[in-house]
Amino acid sequence: MTAIASQLGLGADPAGRALAVRCRGVVKNYGTGQSVVRALRGIDLDVYQGELLMLVGPSGCGKTTLISVIAGVLDRDAGECSVFGEDFSTMNSRERTRFRGKTIGFVFQSFNLIPTLTIAENVSVPLLLNGVDRRRALAKAKDILGTVGLGDRVNDAPNRLSGGQQQRVAIARALVHDPKLIVCDEPTSALDHETGHRVVELLKGVAMSGNRSLVVVTHDNRIFDFADRIAHMDDGAVDKIVGSAKELYGPNLNNDRGGK
Amino acid sequence: MYFLALKMLFNDKAKFFGIVMGVTLASLVITQQGSIFVGLMARTFGVITDMNYPDIWVMDPKVQFIDDTKPLADTKLFEVRGVPGVASAVPLYKGMIRARTDNGLFQNCNLYGLDDSTLIGGPGEMVEGRLADLRMADSVIVDVEGASDKLAKKNPVPGGPKIPLSIGDTLELNDHRAVVVGISRGSRTFQSQPNVFTTYSRAVTFAPKERKLLSFVLVKAEPGEDLEKLRARITEATGLAAYTSQQFKMLTVNYFLKYTGIPINFGIAVSLGFIIGTLITGFMFYSFTIDNLKYLGTLKAMGTGDTTLMTMILLQALSVGCIGFGIGAGAATVFGMSMSGTQLAFWITWQILALSGGAVVIICMLAAMLSVRKVVALEPAVVFKG
Repeated sequence: MTAIASQLGLGADPAGRALAVRCRGVVKNYGTGQSVVRALRGIDLDVYQGELLMLVGPSGCGKTTLISVIAGVLDRDAGECSVFGEDFSTMNSRERTRFRGKTIGFVFQSFNLIPTLTIAENVSVPLLLNGVDRRRALAKAKDILGTVGLGDRVNDAPNRLSGGQQQRVAIARALVHDPKLIVCDEPTSALDHETGHRVVELLKGVAMSGNRSLVVVTHDNRIFDFADRIAHMDDGAVDKIVGSAKELYGPNLNNDRGGK
Repeated sequence: MYFLALKMLFNDKAKFFGIVMGVTLASLVITQQGSIFVGLMARTFGVITDMNYPDIWVMDPKVQFIDDTKPLADTKLFEVRGVPGVASAVPLYKGMIRARTDNGLFQNCNLYGLDDSTLIGGPGEMVEGRLADLRMADSVIVDVEGASDKLAKKNPVPGGPKIPLSIGDTLELNDHRAVVVGISRGSRTFQSQPNVFTTYSRAVTFAPKERKLLSFVLVKAEPGEDLEKLRARITEATGLAAYTSQQFKMLTVNYFLKYTGIPINFGIAVSLGFIIGTLITGFMFYSFTIDNLKYLGTLKAMGTGDTTLMTMILLQALSVGCIGFGIGAGAATVFGMSMSGTQLAFWITWQILALSGGAVVIICMLAAMLSVRKVVALEPAVVFKG
């Protein structure tokens, strides 16, 4: 355990939960030579099973880079990072893709729903990637769309839905194959306050059942209350991990509205 | 996933139709121009096709194609008949003759002189009259195209349509009187002149005076005879060239391919169809992929492997290829059918369809390759960049 990890109280969960994600000394640089950008400068972070962890911090602090590394869509330059004990760096491309498809669910800032498919077809994609036949995948997709309150819109195209509804579809897509880890990138930034609140409520309510872990990148302080823990990042490092937004920001909570 | 790949393609209607249009255009141009080219080439040996009697055509060694007749001495006929393995051999005169029509104009015609006793080498189909009527004095048979157009009679009503030649009408062939005893139909030939058939002995009297007038000797081999060996024996015994019908057709086609600008002209048209089709299809397909890059990146992040994505793209490309090819080849076929009975040479063969299909596959592969490169190089982390 590194010194910073020790300071942040990593490695042991007081509630005795198992580790979902373990990062130690994760480094990621973009570019080379004098133009190098040090996006992650030795990140130490643990995410426990059944936990909703929010990654917050000012724009450009490395939040998105960190979840990209955690989700295995970006290679780190140094350090260790394992997801449920599996290290992406020891896997070949095919194994990594398969692991990602099975273990991780994704919720994106701009939903990323394929506009030429119905929402049921969009939701069925992770199941198809896991070898479920089309008919069963569609049936399960329709079921889970019912769970997120869109059971009557299964055959609609995404562009016929509101932003909040589209994000609910994206949540359904992230959950449909029952992944153990869900990574969300700014899930509320394209939504108004009320809709964003409802989406995170849904995310926490539906996704957290089944002992899943959620890592949510956000700078939307209106949803901080949903977090079990909040990791604050600055300049490529996690500088604080706290249990609530008040511990992090105190009375200035509403003034911290930084970007990614 | 592959079903979804097709839905992604089909539901993006503007791009889908654009890509299909590109493939259709290429397929249409390649099939249509290719078929016209094949039709034209087939016309060069139309006479050989219609004369299905001979196993072997014997001619002067310098003959380069069917219309390039170099007269032989009549004695050559007997030399050929004397070659072992020859069951029968008959003479054929083929030459140009000037006909004077009813309205006083002159018209060049192809004159065929058939063996007097057997009439071998006659037209493939009689529309009116009988081939045997050529045994009547001064008789000729005229092909239906010539009879109804270039040799047709003037309408007594000013501005009225020409009146086709019919049985009993007379022609003046090189200052000789000829009586039409039949109207025939045969394969169109490369030349547009009317075809006139008569007996060999009458043809040589119609023809301009030359010392030698025998154009070809048509040989029927004895049953079971090896044609290659027989050809060699004929050449050895007579010093003449001997070809099977198929070889003579190829000799004729090769001459036109080599010494005329026809292949280049059609080659340019076909190449343009290919290039334009590739550019349109490639651009539209690449644009379709770029439009979907965000979603392909999403699929990649969610666990879609490069192989699956490449297969999806290839499937999309081949699907538009099949649809475009079907429409293009179908349109070319309809075009050909609608032009049947006109002067247009059009012969759609399986080889042309295979060529067109192959070209479409190449176009689709080229278009898909551009997109595949982009998708393989795509970092899945791009999906987190908003």
